[in-house]
Amino acid sequence: MYKKQLVRNDEVAKMMSFISYLLNGLSLGSVYAIIALGYTMVYGIAKMLNFAHGDILMVGGYTAFIAFNSLGLPIPVAILVSMVVCTLLGITIEKIAYKPLRQANSLSVLITAIGVSYLLQNLAQLIFSANPKSFSSFVPLKPVKLAGGQLTISGETIVTIVTCIIIVAGLVTFINKTKAGQAMLAVSEDKGAATLMGVDVNGTISLTFAIGSALAAIGGILLCSAYPTLTPTTGAMPGIKAFVAAVLGGIGSIPGAFVGGIILGVLENLAKAYISSKLSDAIVFSVLIIVLLVKPTGILGKKIMEKV
Amino acid sequence: MMDRVKAEKQKIFRSNMITFGIVIIAYIVVELMMQTGNISSLFKGLLVPLCTYSILAVSLNLVVGISGELSLGHAGFMCIGAFSSATWSMLMKSSGMPEGMRFFIAIVIGAVTAAFFGFLIGIPVLRLKGDYLAIVTLAFGEIIKNLVNALYFGVDANGPHFSLEDSMHLNMDGGTIIIKGAQGITGTPKNSNFTIGIILLLIVLFVVLNLINSRTGRAVMAIRDNRIAAESVGLNATKFKLLAFTISAAIAGIGGALYAHNLSSLQALPKNFGYNQSIMILVFVVMGGIGNIRGSVIAAVVLTLLPELLRGLSDYRMLIYAVVLIFMMLCTSAPSWIQYRDRIMMSFKLKSTDGKENK
Amino acid sequence: MKKILSVVLAGAMAASLASCGSSGSKPAATAAAGDTASSDGAAADAGSASGDLTWKIGAQGPLTGGAAVYGTAVINGAKIAIDEINEAGGINGYKVEYQTADDEHDQEKAINAYNSLKDWGMQILIGPTTSAPTIAVASEAVNDNMFLLTPSGSAVDCTATANAYRVCFSDPAQGAKSAQYIGEHKLATKVAILYDSSDVYSSGIYEAFVAEAANQGIEIVDTEQFTADSKTDFSTQLQKMQASGAELAFLPFYYTEAALVLTQANTMGFEPVFFGVDGMDGILDVENFDKSLAEGLMLLTPFAADADDEATVNFVTKYKEAFGDTPIQFAADAYDAAYIIKAAVEAANLTPDKSVDEIGTALEEQMKTVSYDGITGSGMTWNENGDVDKEPKAVVIKDGAYVSAE
Repeated sequence: MYKKQLVRNDEVAKMMSFISYLLNGLSLGSVYAIIALGYTMVYGIAKMLNFAHGDILMVGGYTAFIAFNSLGLPIPVAILVSMVVCTLLGITIEKIAYKPLRQANSLSVLITAIGVSYLLQNLAQLIFSANPKSFSSFVPLKPVKLAGGQLTISGETIVTIVTCIIIVAGLVTFINKTKAGQAMLAVSEDKGAATLMGVDVNGTISLTFAIGSALAAIGGILLCSAYPTLTPTTGAMPGIKAFVAAVLGGIGSIPGAFVGGIILGVLENLAKAYISSKLSDAIVFSVLIIVLLVKPTGILGKKIMEKV
Repeated sequence: MMDRVKAEKQKIFRSNMITFGIVIIAYIVVELMMQTGNISSLFKGLLVPLCTYSILAVSLNLVVGISGELSLGHAGFMCIGAFSSATWSMLMKSSGMPEGMRFFIAIVIGAVTAAFFGFLIGIPVLRLKGDYLAIVTLAFGEIIKNLVNALYFGVDANGPHFSLEDSMHLNMDGGTIIIKGAQGITGTPKNSNFTIGIILLLIVLFVVLNLINSRTGRAVMAIRDNRIAAESVGLNATKFKLLAFTISAAIAGIGGALYAHNLSSLQALPKNFGYNQSIMILVFVVMGGIGNIRGSVIAAVVLTLLPELLRGLSDYRMLIYAVVLIFMMLCTSAPSWIQYRDRIMMSFKLKSTDGKENK
Repeated sequence: MKKILSVVLAGAMAASLASCGSSGSKPAATAAAGDTASSDGAAADAGSASGDLTWKIGAQGPLTGGAAVYGTAVINGAKIAIDEINEAGGINGYKVEYQTADDEHDQEKAINAYNSLKDWGMQILIGPTTSAPTIAVASEAVNDNMFLLTPSGSAVDCTATANAYRVCFSDPAQGAKSAQYIGEHKLATKVAILYDSSDVYSSGIYEAFVAEAANQGIEIVDTEQFTADSKTDFSTQLQKMQASGAELAFLPFYYTEAALVLTQANTMGFEPVFFGVDGMDGILDVENFDKSLAEGLMLLTPFAADADDEATVNFVTKYKEAFGDTPIQFAADAYDAAYIIKAAVEAANLTPDKSVDEIGTALEEQMKTVSYDGITGSGMTWNENGDVDKEPKAVVIKDGAYVSAE
């Protein structure tokens, strides 16, 4: 009888740790998801891999840090400032580095995106130095304790997931219900036809970059709130992982980015927990390869029509 | 008809000869500079890396330009070539095998191992297209880097030992540990030199240029331009793509072997074998002109030298490098910039002719 | 059109190369008058012989990219020392010129950085900063017999060549000393380890720690890793460590990651004794870091920025004045490196007109007898492997400051 109880306790403990690994995964995954949304939107419209997205995220983090810690602005204002700065930055980058190449080979714009990424990283290093900064969390919520303290969900996790869902819902509504959103859809389907129908293609692309960059600002703040170390290379690896998440979910699809981000985060943490924390990258990337081989356009991606 | 084919062939032959000529002349000039001592240590140290990156750029151009696929995992093949060849050299270091022979076999091992992995990954992956292929190859490169960083390999009297844990788990009975996880391989003999680098580059150029102008090469390009049409005339698309991909991987492996034997310490850092490196090689290819082999070599040389020449700018070096990268890309590819550039060129030409007339 | 442009670009590059080559070979050209131009050592001599004699000391490390914080610290730390040395009349009566180069924490770039310093006429190198570049540069520099003293290249092979010495502990020494300290002071018997499996420094310490732990009666209940590509989220690893019932968590990695690890451990209520190594130094000075999170953290470090001896106070004040932030151990190592070089050069009675080779040979011999009291240890001596012998100080963080753990 006593022994049975012990076994059950053991099982409960195992279950609890499984759930908490899952929660860690959700927390990381939701951050990936928010970054992936920006990636996927830009890809959908401009058909380009914006490698500088992760670095816009970093700029968002630094701006919020300066606004909140150095200037002492209240949190909502700091978030707003960070979004405005990132939006302007995103639009400027698009105008200078991407727009002139819209007619050129799609790889050329990939290269300028990399150039912009280097530029932002090195600029940030010159301005803020390479010393890490510790970011104060923008989430005032206390961690929630469940099951008698065996499970802890941090406030950041809750806020990130909720924000992420709100953004996905908002974006889907925006695209389906508003004129600007429909214009985006039209541009992503066929630029030429959209122009003929009187859609302002340039304006639409700028709008996309603006929204994508504003999302990067939010992503940056949430990333740094959950994982509070800020350096000039903070955005690089989460940026790449989010890119992977976007492809996993089906690049160009907004719900796909959400799903991809969550799956990636959960997978990464479960791999660390149950297989090897050393090889978690290899495991995650292997799963990505397998998924793409089975479903070549990602989990929620649209089938590509092959034209003759 | 025959004449046209002949003329075309002659043109290609001439173009190839120019490419070889540039490399050989560059070699002679540099050798002369070295003989007369008119060369800085910095430049001397850069000679082998220049060959390495030229070889890698040619290798990737075969995939991106000729086969029309986007690969972001070439640093992975380079990594495989580097580690496999360095392991061989370390194993044979004390065997008394002549150095030249040992290095030759090391290069072959690097190429073959990389080709093997290229073939292996190519079979399933080449069914994917465009950006999806790009992301899968990127993932592959990261997997390789992750695994190499976790790999421990040693040899003792009982034979080879592997572990993905740490060197204690090798259960070695004396012997030597060759690959020590993140600490990599140290003490690789420095066999690479400029002459060998140039010879390898010439061989690679010879192979690739001949491949492009062969039946196989034309088939690969036909598949790139219109897969369905090419398949309808009986070309096996998968086979040809796989062939190009495998050869490209082999060449990247050669580049890796050259890289590994130029440095005495070999570690898989994000900088040398991570996705950044893969992207850098892609930058060479795009900047040099997709499908333009000679351009790849020139771009690889120019862009490898650039950050070194900017050393005088100290803190602003990488910043300026980024700006130059963006600027160069805009100059070579943006339609509006090209127009503007042509106009300036034209006005220059007009001016110079004006000047002549006035005389 | 593209072709024309590429030709133009190639031409421009060739032209700049030629100019670079000629500027690099200028000393060589002047040397050619009297001496053979091939030896770089000779080139440096002749270059300085034309003007006032000065020492040319170089330093290198990553100044851009993810590891920039360490390279910057080394370069700044050495700068403070060299400025002081020059104010006090130089080394052996000759002023010191100082030049730095960026190696981006990459072996190949490190060779380039080294070569560019050599072209400048460097006679002694302080650096490189990180292990992998140090191994590569040391084996290149041995061909020139260039003396190099790395402040912080800690992997065993960094000093494998005769010309290479270091100021910091080697990785195995640190790992073993940490295990000994934990065992001797009975801090814990159940230890969990978290380390960076993609990093030379971290995995080197880890291996030595595990090997020594067995002798000290320490049971390793859990080993977790992270890599350079996934160091945002440590919660799963920390949870496993917590579940393993560890009394002490050994964290052999740098403070940049440690700041994050401590924050996440705090969130989940994981409170063992945290034990760090010298890379942990600097954690209290991360801008805006909540110091209460580091409360009780122990570390073995040869340097503590808030030590109140005169030398440390002097260095820290000057560093803060010049660069705005508190120096980390890398900076202190580099500061000591400059003074160790000064001591060795003066003991060997060298002058800057000697060739790189002569300086190298003399210093390699001299280092075996030099004893130096610095801010990263007193009575530092060196064996012929180039490894330093000094005692680490165990410190514990109390009320946001280092306190001796004894």
